[in-house]
Amino acid sequence: MLYIFCPHCGSRSQNEFAYGGDATVKRPELNKEISDQEWDNFVYLRKSPRGKHLELWHHISGCRQWIKVERDTSTHEIFKTYKATELIE
Amino acid sequence: MSQDFRLDNVGMVNRNKKISFIFNGKKYSGYEGDTIASALIANGVHLVGRSFKYHRPRGFFGVGVDEPYAILQLERNNERDPNIRATEQEIFEGLEVKSVNCWPSVNFDIGAINNFLKMFFPAGFYYKTFMWPPSFWYKIYEPFIRMAAGFGEASIKHDKERYEHKYEYCDLLIAGSGPSGLASAYAAAKNGARVILAEDKPRYGGSLLTSDVNIGNQTGVEWSEKIITELKSMSNVIVKNRSQVFGYYDHNMLVMSERIGDHLPKTQKYLPKQRLWYIRAKEVLISSGSIERPLVFGNNDTPGVMLSSAAKEYMKVYGVLVGKKPLIFTNNDSGYETAIEFKKNGVSPLVLDTRKEPSSDIITEAKNLGIETKFSYVVVAAKGYKKVKSADIAKISDNKKDLSNIENIECDCICVSGFWTPSIHLASQSGNKSEFDEKIDAFIPKKSKQKENTIGSANGKFTLEETINEAFDKGYEVSNKITENNNKVSIPTVVEKKSTEHDKFWCVPLPKGKSYKRFLDFQNDVAVTDIELALREGFRSIEHVKRYTTLGMATDQGKTSNLNGLQLVSDIENKVVPQVGHTTFRPPYTPVSIGAIVGREVGKHSKPTRKSPMHEWHEKNNAVFVDAGVWLRPRYYKQGNETLFEASKREAKNVRKNVGVCDVTTLGKIDVKGPDAAEFLNRVYTNAWLKLPVGKARYGVMLREDGIVMDDGTTTRISENHYHMTTTTAQAANVLSHLEYYLQLVWPELNVNVVSTTEQWAGAAIAGPNSRALLMKLFPNTDVSNEGLPFMGYKEADLSGISAKIYRISFSGELAYEVNVESDFGNFMWEKIIEVGKEFQIQPYGTEALSTLRIEMGHVAGSELDGRTIPHDASLEGLVSKKKDFIGKRSLSRSAFTKPDREKIVGVVPLDKTTSIPEGSYIVKDPNAKLPNPKLGHVSASCWSVEYDNPFSLAIIKDGKKMIGQKLFAMSPLKNKTIPVEIVSSHYVDPEGKRVRA
Ligand SMILES: [Zn+2]
Repeated sequence: MLYIFCPHCGSRSQNEFAYGGDATVKRPELNKEISDQEWDNFVYLRKSPRGKHLELWHHISGCRQWIKVERDTSTHEIFKTYKATELIE
Repeated sequence: MSQDFRLDNVGMVNRNKKISFIFNGKKYSGYEGDTIASALIANGVHLVGRSFKYHRPRGFFGVGVDEPYAILQLERNNERDPNIRATEQEIFEGLEVKSVNCWPSVNFDIGAINNFLKMFFPAGFYYKTFMWPPSFWYKIYEPFIRMAAGFGEASIKHDKERYEHKYEYCDLLIAGSGPSGLASAYAAAKNGARVILAEDKPRYGGSLLTSDVNIGNQTGVEWSEKIITELKSMSNVIVKNRSQVFGYYDHNMLVMSERIGDHLPKTQKYLPKQRLWYIRAKEVLISSGSIERPLVFGNNDTPGVMLSSAAKEYMKVYGVLVGKKPLIFTNNDSGYETAIEFKKNGVSPLVLDTRKEPSSDIITEAKNLGIETKFSYVVVAAKGYKKVKSADIAKISDNKKDLSNIENIECDCICVSGFWTPSIHLASQSGNKSEFDEKIDAFIPKKSKQKENTIGSANGKFTLEETINEAFDKGYEVSNKITENNNKVSIPTVVEKKSTEHDKFWCVPLPKGKSYKRFLDFQNDVAVTDIELALREGFRSIEHVKRYTTLGMATDQGKTSNLNGLQLVSDIENKVVPQVGHTTFRPPYTPVSIGAIVGREVGKHSKPTRKSPMHEWHEKNNAVFVDAGVWLRPRYYKQGNETLFEASKREAKNVRKNVGVCDVTTLGKIDVKGPDAAEFLNRVYTNAWLKLPVGKARYGVMLREDGIVMDDGTTTRISENHYHMTTTTAQAANVLSHLEYYLQLVWPELNVNVVSTTEQWAGAAIAGPNSRALLMKLFPNTDVSNEGLPFMGYKEADLSGISAKIYRISFSGELAYEVNVESDFGNFMWEKIIEVGKEFQIQPYGTEALSTLRIEMGHVAGSELDGRTIPHDASLEGLVSKKKDFIGKRSLSRSAFTKPDREKIVGVVPLDKTTSIPEGSYIVKDPNAKLPNPKLGHVSASCWSVEYDNPFSLAIIKDGKKMIGQKLFAMSPLKNKTIPVEIVSSHYVDPEGKRVRA
């Protein structure tokens, strides 16, 4: 079970969180004309990298904030966690 | 029976407390502190089971977790527990155990026939033998295998025992209380670290309990007792015995099972039987010790053949002799320790040492004691079927290939020592890739992936001095890292006998003309020939060999078998062991009971139960409840002998005719507040929200980004920047997460906050033509006329001094209102409604009537919005704005969603107007068409229409609207029904919606 550092609450066990998928996906702007392909890429296509992955976790049994977690998908090492709107270099 | 093999005044069992127990129907006695194994051996019993494949007699091989054979079934306090290791289970008064994997009995076992049908059970026998003909599998093979095999029978009764889970955090977890565990725990605890020390046995001390050493001028036992006593007195230390750390998981989380009541006749009051600890440790020291390796020779599985360390422990800890004419077969110095122990207790052993001319302190000591020793000697084969009676021994050539001088000697046990294998299971589970240590012919942990260190003999350190020094240093080093304290304790001096090198020889060749079975894996009956066969058949990867032969599988996880198996593969393949590598060790290290894993989450406690504030009223009024998510909701209120069907019909009819009241507290409620709330709702829902005036409600549908309907419900504008959103009971949690996602991540610029208010409000839906008249009496100070409170209107009102909220919304299709008050007043409100409603013939109605009412109105619910429908499929296209953008809108224009023949909602009525259509039925054109019959769609919900007094269903079918008026068939293969039906509009009752606006 992972031990995730929530930037709002501190380190908590994985069972307080819900997984939210790839954090780098950006929703197309509202009212923007886009092709079927672009929309499909946003809705369905996800990379599944082995190694570093920036992903969303929702602290549902805690502060209810969505956070971003940089995790290695093969070793589960967590490098850093960010608040939802924090800028990531 | 008397304890013929019990030594006087030796060991640590409590001689003042005699305990009797039953094994295979026969009564035996032992002492408090005995295990089943030690007590049976004291009584001279060695036959305890049959082997897995060949059903060969099985005795005791080890003394603890290393035991591969002696797995029994326990009956305790009317509960049955399979998979009990006789070497670990302590006896208690009245204990009842029996052998497993033998039928009809351990002495006469039909399966033993397999032993003579060797062609029947070669490597991979499950894959080969039982594959043909296919029909034989379930008729003949499986029943036979099931009857004759297996490690006991699981109980089918509800387990009444209590199991608990505990979450713990510490600086340092130490797994194993042998010398390295004790020393490191002591050093770390003295340096201020919060320490947990876990020992799987009842007694602390590990190898110190049985070795002849001196630490700081005390015996090993005295020293370990002193350390444990001091550790127990420290507030920063938790010391646990009978506790096995069995799994090492991510981010330094380890799981430990503590057996609290297993050694007692009955679990103590207020204590669980077992406790599962989830321990998050900053650092871990693995001091799990090592397990003696077997030597491989003919019939080395005969009862009476056992590890020499086990024989020593039976003597020193339990005061029990495993035999009175012992033969000791060793390739290293450890065998001599056992021999000396025998000699001290008046029994003369014969030692066979595979080495040519070894010399060390302990060998000299053995010689001085007059112990007979033969060098360059091996055991060729054990003789005797149910117990060792003699052994063929032989001289072995210097190149270890040729046997000579074969002779038969009498003996009643063979104690084997093939050197030591570090227990690296936990380290391996943590992700530590091990490396092969040539010096000890075994794998040791290499580079830590997580915050762990392996110490002591688990790390290949086999001298006590080295172990103690390393452990004190590590305990200090690790604690210093965490606490930054510098309190170093002094390391005691260690006195021990120096030993010499072991022999790398481990497998005795077969003499000419003999085909003895030489076993590698004792639990899974894997012999040398099985591995040879697997390799001949082309299996190369050790992981494949493992699965094909079952080497190192099951509860044993290769504790005794692994290395010898790898050695053999390496020898045949002309490789070295590190090239072959070892298989992955998986948790659990030892079996864990399902009860401990489940903990308290059993039956009613498997999920929380939520009850509305009116629950007690429902109970008093004969409500029959149904699970709705985690909520308990009244399904119907039973009057007299009514059935569900009769009651729900009566309740629904009363709503259509008079007035009914339904508890709708369970609906999800979310407060949406902030200056941008309207804009946010406008993006969340498919319809327009910017112009909703204060005091008005609106029905809305929200989609996922893929265009599928996520949820529906009404949302009311309470004030300028405050909306009250309702969701379905089932989706409440998901909708909140969904809203938070968009507010926090996608549109953080919107100034909106959301919070769940589901528990804050109690809700009652008042529905039926009399509802307004009732409301007028309920709220005499409020104008609830059609003008004062129009359809989809909202008002705050006074309910006999309590503030209430009235929403004029309807799920039933009748004139209806929903009244909310703060939860604490829910029951007051409910009773008031019932009281005032009496003159209007009010009746409470449950979820069944609720369903009936919504189905015949064609209102969609979860069974239609099932994660596959877009708004158009559910006839909700009128709610989809063409002007503005919203979540999921772009998906609606994708080709699959715009196909004209998409499945759409319709109504279905059976032609005979009497046969109910099972939910889930297929709608087909021709019931006799060739299979697979092309289906047009499925029936999503069925009810008995109280308006027309005939069955009515909703269905989602291809090209729905065009099918209206057609005669088709509903087929339920499950219920074996084919029903001729007519497709009608889904709005079966009041299609113009006049009633709700009346
Ligand atoms: Zn948090």
